[in-house]
Amino acid sequence: MKHKRLIPAIAAGAAFVMVLSACGGSDDGNGDGSGGDNKTPAFNAGVGKVFNQSDAKGGIIKMADNGEPDSLDPADTYYGYMWDFARLYGRSLVMFKPAPGKASEELVPDLAEDLGEASDEGKTWTYKIRKGIKYEDGTEVKAADVKYGVLRTLDREAFPNGPEYFKQFLNLPEGYAGPYKSKGVDTSSAIETPDDYTVVFHLKTPFAGFDYLAMLPQTFPVPEAKDTGVNYRDHVISSGPYKFDKVEQGKQFTLVRNDQWDAKSDPNRPALPDGYEVTLNLAQSEIDNQLMSGDLHVHVTGTGVGSAAQSQVLADETSKENADNPTISRLWYTSINSNVAPFDNKDCRIAIEYATDRTSYQRAMGGELAGGDIATNLLPPAIPGYKKFDLYPAGQDNKGDLEKAKDHLKKCGKPDGFDMNIAYRNERDAEKAVAESLQQSLKRVGINLTLKGYAQGDYFSQFVGLPSFAKSNGLGLVVNGWGADWNDGFGYLSQIVDSRVIRETGGSSNVSVRDPKVDQMLDEAVAELDDAKREKLWSDIDRQVMDDAFILPGVVAKVLLYRGKGLTNVYVNEQFGYYDYVSLGLEQ
Amino acid sequence: MTESTAEHFLEVRDLHVHFPTDDGVVKSVDGLSFALEKGKTLGIVGESGSGKSVTSLSIMGLHKEGTARIDGEILLNGDNLVGASREHVRQLRGKNMAMIFQDPLSAMHPYYSIGNQIIEAYRIHHQVSKGVARKHAIDLLDRVGIPNPAHRVDDYPHQFSGGMRQRAMIAMALSCDPELLIADEPTTALDVTVQAQILDLIRDLQGEFNSAVIIITHDLGVVAELADDILVMYAGRCIEYGTADDIFREPQHPYTWGLLGSMPRLDRERSERLLPIKGTPPSLINVPPGCSFHPRCSFGHLNGGASETERPALRDVGNGHQIACHLSAADRLRLWDTEIKPKL
Amino acid sequence: MPPTVITYIVRRLFAAVVLLFIVSAITFSIFFLVPKIAGGTPESMASRYAGRAATEETVKLVADRLGFYDPVVVQYGNWVKGVFVGTQYDLGSTVADCPAPCLGYSFITRQPVWEDLLDRAPVTMSLAVGAAVLWLVAGVSIGVLSALKRGTVFDRATMGIALAGVSLPIFFTGLISLTFFTYTLGWTARGGQFTPFSENPGEWAYDLILPWITLAFLFSAQYARLTRAGMLETMNEDYIRTARAKGLREHRVVVKHGLRGALTPILTIFGLDVGLLLGGAILTETAFSLKGLGDYAVRAISGNDLPKVMGVVLFAAFFVVIANLVVDLLYAVVDPRVRKS
Repeated sequence: MKHKRLIPAIAAGAAFVMVLSACGGSDDGNGDGSGGDNKTPAFNAGVGKVFNQSDAKGGIIKMADNGEPDSLDPADTYYGYMWDFARLYGRSLVMFKPAPGKASEELVPDLAEDLGEASDEGKTWTYKIRKGIKYEDGTEVKAADVKYGVLRTLDREAFPNGPEYFKQFLNLPEGYAGPYKSKGVDTSSAIETPDDYTVVFHLKTPFAGFDYLAMLPQTFPVPEAKDTGVNYRDHVISSGPYKFDKVEQGKQFTLVRNDQWDAKSDPNRPALPDGYEVTLNLAQSEIDNQLMSGDLHVHVTGTGVGSAAQSQVLADETSKENADNPTISRLWYTSINSNVAPFDNKDCRIAIEYATDRTSYQRAMGGELAGGDIATNLLPPAIPGYKKFDLYPAGQDNKGDLEKAKDHLKKCGKPDGFDMNIAYRNERDAEKAVAESLQQSLKRVGINLTLKGYAQGDYFSQFVGLPSFAKSNGLGLVVNGWGADWNDGFGYLSQIVDSRVIRETGGSSNVSVRDPKVDQMLDEAVAELDDAKREKLWSDIDRQVMDDAFILPGVVAKVLLYRGKGLTNVYVNEQFGYYDYVSLGLEQ
Repeated sequence: MTESTAEHFLEVRDLHVHFPTDDGVVKSVDGLSFALEKGKTLGIVGESGSGKSVTSLSIMGLHKEGTARIDGEILLNGDNLVGASREHVRQLRGKNMAMIFQDPLSAMHPYYSIGNQIIEAYRIHHQVSKGVARKHAIDLLDRVGIPNPAHRVDDYPHQFSGGMRQRAMIAMALSCDPELLIADEPTTALDVTVQAQILDLIRDLQGEFNSAVIIITHDLGVVAELADDILVMYAGRCIEYGTADDIFREPQHPYTWGLLGSMPRLDRERSERLLPIKGTPPSLINVPPGCSFHPRCSFGHLNGGASETERPALRDVGNGHQIACHLSAADRLRLWDTEIKPKL
Repeated sequence: MPPTVITYIVRRLFAAVVLLFIVSAITFSIFFLVPKIAGGTPESMASRYAGRAATEETVKLVADRLGFYDPVVVQYGNWVKGVFVGTQYDLGSTVADCPAPCLGYSFITRQPVWEDLLDRAPVTMSLAVGAAVLWLVAGVSIGVLSALKRGTVFDRATMGIALAGVSLPIFFTGLISLTFFTYTLGWTARGGQFTPFSENPGEWAYDLILPWITLAFLFSAQYARLTRAGMLETMNEDYIRTARAKGLREHRVVVKHGLRGALTPILTIFGLDVGLLLGGAILTETAFSLKGLGDYAVRAISGNDLPKVMGVVLFAAFFVVIANLVVDLLYAVVDPRVRKS
């Protein structure tokens, strides 16, 4: 990732648990992002460019969620779509540039006047915030509020959902558990506010990528006097262009204009609509129906239309013109668990790689448009350092190389194949379809799979991610998937290839990769300051994991989004993989 | 409706009631005629399936629409009910003619109080307030001998004893002063001791209201008490008709003899056996040719084959006593005197 | 009301409370003991509620906050205490009061469950009661007519449609009718709409008319068949003949005598059906995105959120118990023969 104004710094390294938000790389070839006359509905008109550009103000944008946010409190949310949406009611220190295509990779200042200034070899980061920014109640935003906002997130009991980066990096006093529980504790070793408009972060170890953390909603300013703890989510005090009007948890919420917001202080947000109405927990079929009938503008969850609507949209030419099909930074794959024999033998694992019918895997995930592109390695294309390679070519037709597969089976002592279990999440039809497709593929070389479905909610905590359970139940193959929170090799890989994140008590998404060499390469990459060298290392790690054959890549995900009627300035923000909610407006 | 010469209060002329079924036509009533005056009681006697209940239901018009084919005439006060509109007959029911049934427990609605059901019966035909009707109901209950009527009027059928229940049903039937009362097996479901009370009650009420009464029963003992005239039915036909005196003193049909013989009597020697009538009642779909009784008759051989081929006509043998039998009058009287009467 | 009836009701209500306790204990045990049997630990259970990439430490904190380290009996005891006396939830900067009956805070949203239930109950009640009235009237009328016209085209046709009504899954009919009546014809309201009756009765009815009809279609089929069977039986009873013998007009015979007699089984089933529905018409609410107790139950169960599950289960159990009680009382009102006992 290219960071223009960062001072290179030394990042020595403990293993960070850094999971970054999703982003999408558009490889549709229309990356220029400028206007042109992109006002006629067309398939992918919103990918890589702005569809229906307009400066018109007014209207209420109607949105719906087929679930509900983990929390409206910026300290406590981990959903990518919330990170996108929250920018309407709060301002973090820096933000991704709201622009289509690769332009969104750039971090630009938001609450701060400029990107962070590193010093002390990258252990200290200083931000100066703009003067005169007001909350919805007219009081001014001060540096202390940013500090307080960040400190709140350290109360992992009150706010367990949000990311844990600040806990990892900040040089906090021992045992600090947030302002409620550690009242009065001096935290200046971690965050200082030398004056009302300057925030200084002190880290335990140098870290070059701190601006990414400054991008998080966890840096939204929170006035301590108005903090209502766990109830803050019922009315977050806005520092952005809109404020909460009505909040009914689990049902709906509305935003109206924050009259204290000064457009001059905010070059990033056009703030075109007069407000937003978000309905929660609406059935997917209902959302799709309403999008198509024009009663709804945006499916805010951004996971794409439901399967029924998918076939409708793709089949009908007129509907298809209202659809966008971006690629996002998520890989659907299957873990090959070496704890379960005969996968302890590498050749048996390689046999799986060769025997898989990749087109069938793709079909199971929904085909090329609704599922994604066939993947042959671990990193999605949008991650810097990505290089395409294929260690186990599957023949011209991509249906697998059965000869080679049988070869490797002989080598691992199972010439006639063997029996194996494959786990998947019950609630995900696509995963079950993948399991069935692998059942078919692998049968061709004598490998007989038994399908085992598990509840989604406990999948990692109790079943596949609990090593003892996985082993005793013979879960050698595990249908899996992983999305980066934002595009960076480390954040994408560490949670799924670092053997040290595997917990005996369960919960890890890394079900299969256990290679000390990979762990070492990860540590090396974190410490590497040179961008080019670091990016090469991500690719090398990718190659090593593929060589180990611990992972069977499936598809790089695509989503099928539907553009609501009457929306202006519609484009996919490729850092999040959703429409950019800050830019949307309505035709008047 | 046709007006015919009204000589009698109730006159049934050549009544045929046939039920078409999948197995064939069931001839329940196959040519029945009789007459009845007000203040008089007719007893219709026979086994089950003889057609006695069907007759009474035909008079009341209670056969399900479309199930029965009725031919002949039923004249009530000269008004022919056969072929009359259902609505016309409905208006007569309860008011001009009323019926009481065998099992008062199943014949009354279990969910409504006795009072409620009597009030209902009264208010169908009289435009009065509930209060007035209720008073009338209490009076009726009193009249039929139910103690504490003002209280019991709100009780439910299941709260009455068998005898009291039947009295209540009688009260309900009489609520509108009907000219004709049909009692279908009114005592069959009751204890012997209660039977007599009910029969007494019917007789008293008849005297008071001057109604015509038809009692239907299989039990000759019942009609001995009450009936002025008796009509014996067999397989849908009348086989003997006469006054109670005629029937008991000088019955002339072998079937009637059989009925009398099969009655248990207290004044008979214990060791003497009952005389059952051999055989079973005939199928009403395939009625035997000739005399319908002949397969079971002990004396059919005395007719030289007529019983098997020819249907005996109903013939008057004096004073309105009618028999339908091929035996000569002489033979019948001889048999009665020598063989039957001594055994009774 | 006579004293015997009052004692009867009091006895039944007491039994109901005992039953609710048992139900709550069973739900509690299923929730905690089943994962334990499968080898779960407090941490593995808590990681579900802890966010996407929570560290071990956070998971432990969550497990502690949710009380997973206490023995199951203690946890249950705390919960029961909360129901009667209320609990307080320490939020650090403030202390939240959860007054009795405190069914707990949702593991996931950390909102008091009781308020959610009260909020959602009117939706389910509106749905259930409206549909119930519809299906009772429609089902019984059709059943009576079919019984009277037994064997005719009308009878065969209605019983055929009834069969369809019972066989078609409600989420199918629901989604189809939504697509057709709302999105194609534009006659009815979109899914997810609910206006409280007190706010605007007209809107309230408009929003619910399609779910009512869909739900009623399913049930009226059953009731038509039931009524038809019951009528065929009662119309053969002796007391029908007596009613006619009194000269009663046929329609009164049918309704006042015949239907009244056939009513008891219908009443029993009606009471039970409504009782069950009041606990949540899951499929209908999901198909129409109505935020009632059924929808709540689905989310609670799929989110493994114990306090919500407890709340909804108890609500539903309560309604079923009350429905049973009401049905038993109505039985005595309808059939005097029952009253002696």
